[in-house]
Amino acid sequence: MKIAVCIKQVPTREWQPRLNDQKTWIREADISYEMNEPDAYALEEALRLRERHGGEVVVCSAGPARVQTVIREALARGADRAIHVEHDSLGAADAFVIAEALAAAMKDEAFDLVLTGLQSDDQGHGQTGVILAERLGIPSSTIIMDVRIEGSSMRVKRELEGGWFQWLAMPLPALLTIQSGINQLRYATLKGIMAAKKKEIKKASLPDGLQPSQQVVGLAVPTRSKQTQMITGSPADAAKELVRRLRDEARAL
Amino acid sequence: MILVIAEQREGKLNRATWEAVAAAQQLAGGAPISVAVLGASTGGLGQELAAASVAAVLVAENAALEPYTPDAYAAAASTLIESVKPAYVLLPHTYQTRDFAPLLAARIRKPLVTDVTGINGTGADATFTRPMFQGKLAAQVKPQAGPPAIITVQIGAFRADAVQKGGAAAVKKVDLQIDPSAIRQKPEAPFREAKQAVDLGQAERIVSVGRGIKSQENIALAEKLATAMGAEIAASRPICDNGWLPMERQIGSSGQTVAPKLYVALGISGAIQHLVGMKGSRTIVAINKDAEAPIFEVADYGIVGDLFEIAPALITELEKS
Repeated sequence: MKIAVCIKQVPTREWQPRLNDQKTWIREADISYEMNEPDAYALEEALRLRERHGGEVVVCSAGPARVQTVIREALARGADRAIHVEHDSLGAADAFVIAEALAAAMKDEAFDLVLTGLQSDDQGHGQTGVILAERLGIPSSTIIMDVRIEGSSMRVKRELEGGWFQWLAMPLPALLTIQSGINQLRYATLKGIMAAKKKEIKKASLPDGLQPSQQVVGLAVPTRSKQTQMITGSPADAAKELVRRLRDEARAL
Repeated sequence: MILVIAEQREGKLNRATWEAVAAAQQLAGGAPISVAVLGASTGGLGQELAAASVAAVLVAENAALEPYTPDAYAAAASTLIESVKPAYVLLPHTYQTRDFAPLLAARIRKPLVTDVTGINGTGADATFTRPMFQGKLAAQVKPQAGPPAIITVQIGAFRADAVQKGGAAAVKKVDLQIDPSAIRQKPEAPFREAKQAVDLGQAERIVSVGRGIKSQENIALAEKLATAMGAEIAASRPICDNGWLPMERQIGSSGQTVAPKLYVALGISGAIQHLVGMKGSRTIVAINKDAEAPIFEVADYGIVGDLFEIAPALITELEKS
């Protein structure tokens, strides 16, 4: 099986947002990055499918030169090779542009299965995978919690709301967006890190003329919907004050 | 014209549909609104939707729409859009629209703005507020290259009871051609994994833990606090993904939705998927080391600090009396 996994590099969870002077985007200078968490689960699922069914896992990413770090990490965890659509503008690009860029670089590879995370922890559009499927001319299903390959087709378990699930049958090739928690992640071994250095990262260029589907005209720290009463002091004092207010003010204890 | 696409399952409207209608009424600024309901057989849903103050209700019935598949819904919605020619298409942001709305947008090559929490202005000049960076920032977004722009509206962001009623909307049948052989997903019946042994919806108080708890051993601390408070223990998704607490104790869009008298969020940053499951709670307490964590946006009481110091202090305080 020839499996593609699309991964994105996003700011770490600990990152404190800082805005540019125009307040239309973040200040990228002082960010530390990591692999988008749902994409890490997609990668793990791809590696497990390869262990079961053979074949290769190809990591695909669209972004500036900095995304090589997460590509190398994916290779160290066990992916076989990578495709990198490299352009500075891709760091802030929307889902349409990323999907078109990936589709152009991936279409001649004829993958049997394409996996992505269900959404990114940065812009969070939740669209890239499905748009990519449409551009590749293959069916998609989203928010997947189990993948069973059965010859030239597969059965997948889709998560619904409120604890409900559903199995679907789909033909291959196809694209799935993977939900966090589908599996237990593995980490790179020293051997994997060494091996990754020799693996191929094929560069692809951004197709001309891609237009964004939406423009961010302003970015701000969200306004609070509630007047939060912040309780300060030492842990013991804060605990005492909180319990008092929960009893006397909120009558919640 | 604004087109709202209702969501129904087994002849029952998803309540979030009304929230999308409320959002459409705000966005329209007086321009006409049509609401469409899709399905194999939609029964009285057309009449139910006609109670809203809208110009028309479109009933699009086709056997291929049952059971739900993204291919059939994207095909149906693109046909509807072609005939109605709306400036905007509004949908609730649900697991179903997350599945087919991007496919629809890709197919008709129109912008899709997801998870919208606010609408600024009306008509063609409107911008849309949506969370980015896990809710740490709110973006104002302007769709490009419409019309139409497709908008999905976050659950709970608009009030269903704010829908202006009293319309005399005509209910019209719409013919849809869907080629069944073009539907590539073959779904089976939905099911629940295990009986929900714990119904957190009934709990008066909930102590909920997030990534800040750091390791499985520390869950005991949260459980001790829950006992001291007379609360049930619950968690955000990553904790259940790690197997530190069972899935049935997960709060959020993929877990349970709760509204207890007291909700204590312990080391939960407050990603939107979690907030939709608990923001209706009467009193919310947030304890987090990060003063900028989005959980504080919905909290009534907040303590910024180390939960490993504050939780034991709380237990001591509660056990005093």
